[in-house]
Amino acid sequence: MDETILLAHGSGGTLSHELVEKEFLSFLANPALNKLDDSAIFEASGRLAFTTDSYVVNPIFFPGGDIGRLAVCGTVNDLAMSGARPLYLSLSAIIEEGLLINELRQVVQSVKEAAEEADVSIIAGDTKVVGRGQADKLFLSTSGIGMVAPGVDISGANARTGDKILLSGTVGDHGIAIMSQREGLRFAIDLESDCAPLNKLVSRMLEASSRIHCLRDPTRGGLATTLNELARQSMVGMVVEEACIPVSDEVRAACELLGLDPLHIANEGKLVAVVDPADADRLLAVMRHDHYGRDAAIIGEVTGQHLGKVVMKTSLGPSRIVDMLSGELLPRIC
Amino acid sequence: MCLAVPVKIISMDGDCAETEIAGVRRRVNIAMTPEARVGDYVLLHTGFAIAVIDEAEAEETLGILQEIASLSEVH
Amino acid sequence: MKFIDEYRDSRLARGLANRIAQRSTRKITLMEFCGGHTHAILKHGIRQMVPEAVEMRSGPGCPVCVTATADLDKAIALSRLPDVIIATFGDMMRVPGSYSSLQQSKAAGADIRVVYSTMDALELAKANYGRPVIFVGIGFETTAPTIAAAILAARREGIKNFYVLSLGKLTPPVMKALLDADGLRLDGIVCPGHVSVIIGSRPYEFIARDYRVACVISGFEPLDILLSIDKLVEQIEHDRPAVEIAYARGVKPAGNEKAREIMENVFEVADARWRGIGTIPASGLKIRTEYERFDADKAFPVGPEQPLREPEGCRCGDVIRGSAKPVECNLFGKACTPETPVGPCMVSGEGACAAYHQYGLPENLQTL
Repeated sequence: MDETILLAHGSGGTLSHELVEKEFLSFLANPALNKLDDSAIFEASGRLAFTTDSYVVNPIFFPGGDIGRLAVCGTVNDLAMSGARPLYLSLSAIIEEGLLINELRQVVQSVKEAAEEADVSIIAGDTKVVGRGQADKLFLSTSGIGMVAPGVDISGANARTGDKILLSGTVGDHGIAIMSQREGLRFAIDLESDCAPLNKLVSRMLEASSRIHCLRDPTRGGLATTLNELARQSMVGMVVEEACIPVSDEVRAACELLGLDPLHIANEGKLVAVVDPADADRLLAVMRHDHYGRDAAIIGEVTGQHLGKVVMKTSLGPSRIVDMLSGELLPRIC
Repeated sequence: MCLAVPVKIISMDGDCAETEIAGVRRRVNIAMTPEARVGDYVLLHTGFAIAVIDEAEAEETLGILQEIASLSEVH
Repeated sequence: MKFIDEYRDSRLARGLANRIAQRSTRKITLMEFCGGHTHAILKHGIRQMVPEAVEMRSGPGCPVCVTATADLDKAIALSRLPDVIIATFGDMMRVPGSYSSLQQSKAAGADIRVVYSTMDALELAKANYGRPVIFVGIGFETTAPTIAAAILAARREGIKNFYVLSLGKLTPPVMKALLDADGLRLDGIVCPGHVSVIIGSRPYEFIARDYRVACVISGFEPLDILLSIDKLVEQIEHDRPAVEIAYARGVKPAGNEKAREIMENVFEVADARWRGIGTIPASGLKIRTEYERFDADKAFPVGPEQPLREPEGCRCGDVIRGSAKPVECNLFGKACTPETPVGPCMVSGEGACAAYHQYGLPENLQTL
């Protein structure tokens, strides 16, 4: 029988407790969470990083992942992009009445697996249930806390003229994996979302170099938006080479079909690093050694010209501006 | 919206065809290209095939472009 | 990607660019009619590859950009009718009408869905039996047959709740209107490749014959466009205006007769109003009486809710006619940006202003 979530599951009574025990605790068990106190208490000293994000992706299951994996990786990555080592996450779920319990279970299983891979614990949580039609299946929200080691100073404002720009792998995978579900595109070779936790990759990079100036993951708005944001924050110009930007053949073809630009499409397992040129080659090698950086490439450099703008040398030869994404390209992509 | 993309027909079923480009598949309405056959490339515009691509012409055009490029390199 | 990648080869592009430079001896003005061409030209940096003496102006070939404000207001008014579902191509969503936009109407509760194909709109009608589904039927001759096909399918399958707001436009009549207008001296036209797949090359013959303007039908890859410019320069330098097909893999002189048959079955030619130009006789498509039960105009007559209002300072009309470049509009990049568009040229995926903003190089935007 296909059990479903009922409003009573959110009322705070027996059914609520059962739901938390069976569908959350049994997967995410850890000492802090198991106490089921009103707050989790932990010790920490030094600089802490804190971030939060909500996840409303539609559909909740997609090739390469689901909303659970996304919720963990998204927040883990935000911490990692600040140079922090992610430690603890909170998880809040707003569930629509009628969601199949099996589907919820699948999502929580993904949360567990992603948390294990990233080496973080979920130490606080909340569940609410709303009536049918008042939330689209499932919304998740995660907040995360991490530690920033002494001396680490990574910020979007730190890019300097002469820095090299590195990209950890192919762009457009996540957005196209989502769009393919919606637009009836199918792939002969499975195109999957690249949703992944990047904290271990970042950790290796930080060990290899103390001159990483910026880190950012190009999520909504894609690589183009992220590069423009960094250029503006740092008040520098950027030049990238189209031929150096890795894009898979399937993503390229899907973009032609849908009239989209791979540079404007969301990624959930990639990062951009702006680094001192002396360390660029070494960092590239370190990235390529990691599973999530296997297709890493140096895509360009920072310049003192056209401040705040990103220019791309096209494969054909001439250069043109790479603008930020404007308008609603792909709704509810993450 | 002027967009039309070359896709290859891999199977046909009445007015519908299954097409592919670089590993991406899509169903296409081929009512406007009754002469299309499996293996042909068609131009796909908003869900419809609007022409069968003339591969001989495509070859010829590329040949001309190659000639032009070679000539200009000599100078 | 076959039939795409080969036409992006940089060595072949340089070969063409060199030949164009060799052949070009004087200043000429070309118009790329189609918004898709404007975007491709800017995206691939084609203007940097042709000599400055070859001036390129963008034209009215952007279906969203040439939709009259009054027609957009009508679509918005229809979206507010009870139970109606509006199906539209994505580009129309953010275009400002007199007081609102489809996107704003959606935010206020209207049921508006973006579709990639007219058949998607028909599927919506089938899935929402009892609710009228109105498709905003913009487009030129490339899209018109697909809209006709959907209406024919609706009739065949007995779908009673599918309607089309017929706003289709025709290419040769607006070209004639531009050529007849004062102020614009054109030496050649880069003709729309996919419109020509449908209509063939013959409808352009009057341009070379009566106006002595060179015409070359072009594909959309960078090599296609460069080849077309090369052929135009050749025609103009030798004073031999003609209609040539530089997109032979897709365009036949006779066009696609089957597609035209479908289109002419459902639509008849009528006068149409064009944004920035006004009414051009016999330049649009109207649903024939035989299919009038699919005609949204007949089924849902809506009058103007408020007086027509054009945005102040917007020069979309001039840009569409090629008599102004986007950078020459005072609002460009300031009050009018892709985030806060004032007119359709900045919104549409094929609008000239959007292309300039998205791809133009800062230091040479003036020479684009």
